[in-house]
Amino acid sequence: MTEHSDDLLVSLSGVRFAYGEREVLRGIDLTVRRGQVVAIMGGSGCGKTTLLRLIGGQLRASAGQVSVAGHELGGLSRDALYALRRRMGMLFQFGALFTDMSVFDNVAFPLREHTDLPAEMIRDLVRMKLNAVGLRGAEALGPGELSGGMARRVALARAIALDPMLIMYDEPFAGLDPISLGVIGQLIRKLNDALGASSIMVTHDIHESLEIVDYVYFVSDGRIVAQGTPDEIRASADPFVHQFVHAEADGPVPFHYPAVPIGESLLGEGGR
Amino acid sequence: MSRTVLDLWVGFFVVISAAALLFLSLKVGSFAGFNSAPSYVLQAPFDDIGGLKVRAPVKSAGVVVGRVSDIRFDPQTYRAVVHFSVDARYEFPRDTIATIMTSGLLGEQYLGLEPGADVEVLKGGDTVQMTQSAVVLEKLIGQFMFNRAAE
Amino acid sequence: MSAPNLLRRIGARVVNGVWRLGFATRFLFLVLLYSGQSFRRLHLTIRELWFSGVLSLLIILVSGLFVGLVLGLQGYEILQRFGSSEATGTMVALSLLRELGPVLAGLLFAARAGSAVTAEIGLMKTTEQLTAMDMMAVNPIARVVAPRFWGGVISMPLLAALFSAMGILGGWLISVVFIGIDEGAYWSQMQAAVDFRYDVVNGVIKSVVFGVAVSLIAVFEGYDCAPTAEGVSRAITRTVVSSALAILALDFILTSFMFRGQS
Repeated sequence: MTEHSDDLLVSLSGVRFAYGEREVLRGIDLTVRRGQVVAIMGGSGCGKTTLLRLIGGQLRASAGQVSVAGHELGGLSRDALYALRRRMGMLFQFGALFTDMSVFDNVAFPLREHTDLPAEMIRDLVRMKLNAVGLRGAEALGPGELSGGMARRVALARAIALDPMLIMYDEPFAGLDPISLGVIGQLIRKLNDALGASSIMVTHDIHESLEIVDYVYFVSDGRIVAQGTPDEIRASADPFVHQFVHAEADGPVPFHYPAVPIGESLLGEGGR
Repeated sequence: MSRTVLDLWVGFFVVISAAALLFLSLKVGSFAGFNSAPSYVLQAPFDDIGGLKVRAPVKSAGVVVGRVSDIRFDPQTYRAVVHFSVDARYEFPRDTIATIMTSGLLGEQYLGLEPGADVEVLKGGDTVQMTQSAVVLEKLIGQFMFNRAAE
Repeated sequence: MSAPNLLRRIGARVVNGVWRLGFATRFLFLVLLYSGQSFRRLHLTIRELWFSGVLSLLIILVSGLFVGLVLGLQGYEILQRFGSSEATGTMVALSLLRELGPVLAGLLFAARAGSAVTAEIGLMKTTEQLTAMDMMAVNPIARVVAPRFWGGVISMPLLAALFSAMGILGGWLISVVFIGIDEGAYWSQMQAAVDFRYDVVNGVIKSVVFGVAVSLIAVFEGYDCAPTAEGVSRAITRTVVSSALAILALDFILTSFMFRGQS
């Protein structure tokens, strides 16, 4: 892959972010090239989802730069941000389908909101998108009638309705059975290549991800601690990556939440 | 629910609400009252208006012909000046007598107009000269006691 | 709990309250700002008229009828002591038009429609539907909040008028049909005492103000709730409680402006 700056769709440099006084991200550098599927991995609560929200422009970095398709997000007006978001799709953890609409209307929603296409054309487009995720037969169902995996596929169809240049996935594998998990994984790769888009995926499901992604970033404690292609990751001797890949309870990520040693704590309580 | 059925229900809702408003304005309220009809304003000085209030009816021969629009105190004459509007359809002679009366023993007070025999009629802004003040119960009792004592 | 700690907690609550009030005001301006966008899609507001208006019809009509029946009974019982039972109609109509119609319809509306709006918006927030909409470059205030706000603002005066009309019919039913007051006296005394501008219009103004207050509270609590199941249920409770307080306080203020020292 060539080192062309045109190639970069998303780039973060020195990004820091804090919720109030709690600093979640402490200097993140990350790039996504066009056509790539990139995974951001890390334990729960390490700031992965925050990272995704920064790229989507829902949060603003307290320091550093986030740019998408050449636009620096920090300086964009609301209208400009909305114009940019029309070219992004996002899949939420539990789909976030609109509960008062059918599957069909959910997928048609971005088309109806942002285009003036005639109803027949919208119908054809929606059926194509639903067909791509294998749920053309479910268009009349309500979101309440779908299983978790189906809901996520419908949400995926909705996310790609406007043929985005960037698709973001927030924990696409969480809470799925192994079959649905494989289906979603294959869909992420296939749709990315078919649309010529780029994808960013936030997940902690390492084995499924390594099968489909081009590049992996490991985030821990608000920093990037390791990165590489899937092959490099599998071969990595880095203790953090090793702990993560082999699911070890203790390692660089400690089992215990920071506390005084238990002996001291017990004695201290008893002496009071 | 399809959109047309929904629209139908919303339409039904708006129609019956409008009917309710119409009912309130026409059947319950006196919408066709003094507000819309043209009227002219007269005034009348009184020694004592008793409990007369703004918006009290003005009646002649028991028929409502207008409303009290304003009540003021005149610091020169130490009398109360009552302004009232009268429906433009009705004309009253210049020697009409204005009286403050009470409907029933404890009912609300109103302004009664007793027409005279003059050929000239009152016009907007004119003053009704002949007036008779409200009957105040305390005064009446006081007078009665005073008379008995004098006997 | 120690005294400074208690003071600190009270202080924190006051600051939090002022902070929320400020946010609510800013929120109202945002809703008004984006209303233009949502009026271009009129069917969204009509849909909310269905939810907050049509679905509240039954409770409003039935309650209005019962309140009218009670007013008719009580009014007759009290007024006949003074030998003026013919004034029952006047009493029923004036108390409904000026106070009970707008206030009771407002309270019922807050409990029936306001809580439903809070629950709906709160649930959309909890399940990330609002965020998803925002990420699809669709403004959730214009698409979700503004139509619900206007649906409530339009429904409320209509429901209050229905409530009053129903109550006056209920009063007629009890005092004329059952007790046997003269029908002509019921209506004519009422017409002589009720003034269109003064009583009917002021009542409608009250119900519009209540509609704005309840709708704003309902959409705000939904939008501002903590995105959990518990947060939504607390937001619904707050909607009903704050709406009731707002209606009664506003009613006092409006009444003191509208009906002071006259008649």
